Amino acid sequence: MPQLDFANPLMTTTLLWLFLIFGALYFALKSYALPRVATVLENRAARIRADLDAAQAAQREGEAALAELRAATAAARAEAQATVAAAMAEAQAKASAQAEAINARLASQVDEAETRVRAARDAAMGALREVAGSTAQAMLARLGVSAPARTVTAAVDRAAKQGAR
Amino acid sequence: MAAEGNAIDALGQFVLYPALGQVGSAVGFTNSNLYMVFAGVLIVALMVYGMREAAMVPGRMQGLAESAYGFIDDMVVAQVGEEGRRFFPFVFTLFMFILFGNMLGLFPYAFTFTSHITVTFALAATVFVLVTAVAIALHGRKFFGYFMPEGAPMWLAPIIIPVEIVSYLSRPISLSVRLFANMMAGHVMLKVFATFVVMLAGLGTVGPVLSLMPLALNIALVAFEVLVAFLQAYVFAILTCIYLHDAVHLH
Repeated sequence: MPQLDFANPLMTTTLLWLFLIFGALYFALKSYALPRVATVLENRAARIRADLDAAQAAQREGEAALAELRAATAAARAEAQATVAAAMAEAQAKASAQAEAINARLASQVDEAETRVRAARDAAMGALREVAGSTAQAMLARLGVSAPARTVTAAVDRAAKQGAR
Repeated sequence: MAAEGNAIDALGQFVLYPALGQVGSAVGFTNSNLYMVFAGVLIVALMVYGMREAAMVPGRMQGLAESAYGFIDDMVVAQVGEEGRRFFPFVFTLFMFILFGNMLGLFPYAFTFTSHITVTFALAATVFVLVTAVAIALHGRKFFGYFMPEGAPMWLAPIIIPVEIVSYLSRPISLSVRLFANMMAGHVMLKVFATFVVMLAGLGTVGPVLSLMPLALNIALVAFEVLVAFLQAYVFAILTCIYLHDAVHLH
């Protein structure tokens, strides 16, 4: 097996060169190549972190703006509702006041009219009694019965009361 | 070096030759060393050329370089912990050197320097020396307590201590033999079946048809060897990390 041919002087020199090459590779990588990779990876990680932070900040800002918008909308709605309610209450008050006034006027007119009707009726009734009294006097006179006017009037009144019933 | 006569020369591919002509011959620079240089140049090229743009969004080469970096970085941090970061360049160099050595060895006519037990043992011994030095530097004399686990009964010490010492000393051997044996076995198999292809193809009319069988096997073997190349580099690196963990934390 050539790998165990230790008599070959090339075995030793190969190992010496191995250490030289490996050492050179180690220092080339350690001092030059790997730090560059590390820098690139760090920069990328920092960039990603910064971008994530910015995105989070933007999200927070957006959420705050949204909350503000919601609050403003709610306030405006409440104000509008209050205005509407006030206007409605005012209109109702006005309408009921007007209705009350009209009712009062109508009631007074009705009262007035009723009074007038009652007066007219009383007058009519008075006149009717007078006519009935005089008619009864005339009829009694024709029958030849004389009766005092007071008695006739009272009788007519009684009859009128019974007839009204 | 293929089938000379009718013998199968599966080991010829592991023979060391001086490379680079007269100069290489004078300084003992071998074909093995040539492929080590190739591996080193390719690794540096990947890490430097791949990262030349240092783009925020990586391209293909940069993605490859970054994932190699991230792969070993994650491994070191997971195995050794945050204080293992300072061993990262060493583990990275070790992993990439072995990985590229294994992969380069799969190219035809290439020399696989990881198929030499001396090379893998030298790497494993470097790990062993580093781990021991780190342990002694960090823990001083307490390091020797590593060989006597806490809580073990005192009367077992004559058995436990020798066992622990042997197991500690066998680390570089198992580490190096695992890599060497895997790479050597794979390359011997590839060579043997490749020789079968050539030998069967020369067997008259049915030969070329028969030779398709070892050829198909070799195609499958190459794919398998790619897996082994990666796996062995990974195993070497992760065992190094585990040893470093022991050195840093002492159990």
